[in-house]
Amino acid sequence: MAIFRSKNSKKKVPALSTASLPDVVFMILFFFMISTSFRTSERVVTVKLPEATEIAKLDRKDLASYINIGPPVPAYQAQYGTDARIQLNDSFSTIEDIRDFIAASRESMSEADRPLMTVALKVDEDVRMGIVTDVKQELRRCSALKIMYSTRRKAEEKTGF
Amino acid sequence: MARPAGDINAGSMADIAFLLLTFFMMVTTMDTETGIQRRLPPMPDENQIEQAEQINKRNIMVVLINNNDRLFAGGQEMPVEMLKDKVKEFLTNPANLPDLPEKREKEIEGFGPYMVSRALVSLQNTRGTSYKAYIEVQNELVKAFNEVRDDFAMQNFGKKYSFLDEDQQRITRDAVPMSLSEREPREVTKRRR
Repeated sequence: MAIFRSKNSKKKVPALSTASLPDVVFMILFFFMISTSFRTSERVVTVKLPEATEIAKLDRKDLASYINIGPPVPAYQAQYGTDARIQLNDSFSTIEDIRDFIAASRESMSEADRPLMTVALKVDEDVRMGIVTDVKQELRRCSALKIMYSTRRKAEEKTGF
Repeated sequence: MARPAGDINAGSMADIAFLLLTFFMMVTTMDTETGIQRRLPPMPDENQIEQAEQINKRNIMVVLINNNDRLFAGGQEMPVEMLKDKVKEFLTNPANLPDLPEKREKEIEGFGPYMVSRALVSLQNTRGTSYKAYIEVQNELVKAFNEVRDDFAMQNFGKKYSFLDEDQQRITRDAVPMSLSEREPREVTKRRR
């Protein structure tokens, strides 16, 4: 009815104001900008994490150091083969490098945070345990005892029993 | 109608903001780091004479995953689905059977004496075990411990473990200790170089 009335009268319906649209969009934008963390290291091994249900969240992401274990990405397979390898930071590494890696991670943390350091093991699900055990033994030698096996959240089974 | 001068057209502001928004939405990954948190046992002192800790046979349960990802728990092969109930029975020993772990009375601060089970689950694997099978079994074991803790919390506090306050969680942890040992596989000395 308003349309007819406005046609009869001289007044026009004011257009929907979009002046606040930028504000809304900026608000969403800031949210995404703050929540974004850019990937800092390049992956040189492919990791498909296994699934688990009894998972806990890593509460301090900044206190975690990551050890990736998996077969090299296709670009490096000609050079390194397809056998599982360890990636620390950006490059292929060996068991012996873990000691320095852990020491460097410890060094970059404040004194108070050091006992809370967690080593997140991102291991491909098809990797054999031998290499993982070697890494774990090396971590024990370095006294980096707090570890986390990174896993994906398992989708709940549809069929109950 | 006289319009005030110097009115900047801000109509394209939304477009610019949208452009930035789309960019950030595309590069954002909302993944939170999740996983199974465990604590490794400290390395035994090399100078120390290795002291084989005497553990009563009834108190220990060996969970072994072999090279072919077959699971053996307590001396018999079983599918991974059965492991949780087996471990729960082992941890609680509801009928006080003589071949399941013994319990010893322990004074828990703020709670009183409680019969704490001396059960120990020892998870062993070989070098050829796949990581997937290992995590699956690890997950079942943690689940068994969590469910026993939940049962204890439910009985005594009427709430699940994760909803308890800090003190009650400590009591539950003392009553149901997470005694899961990850022994290094036997071949660990033959380390490949």
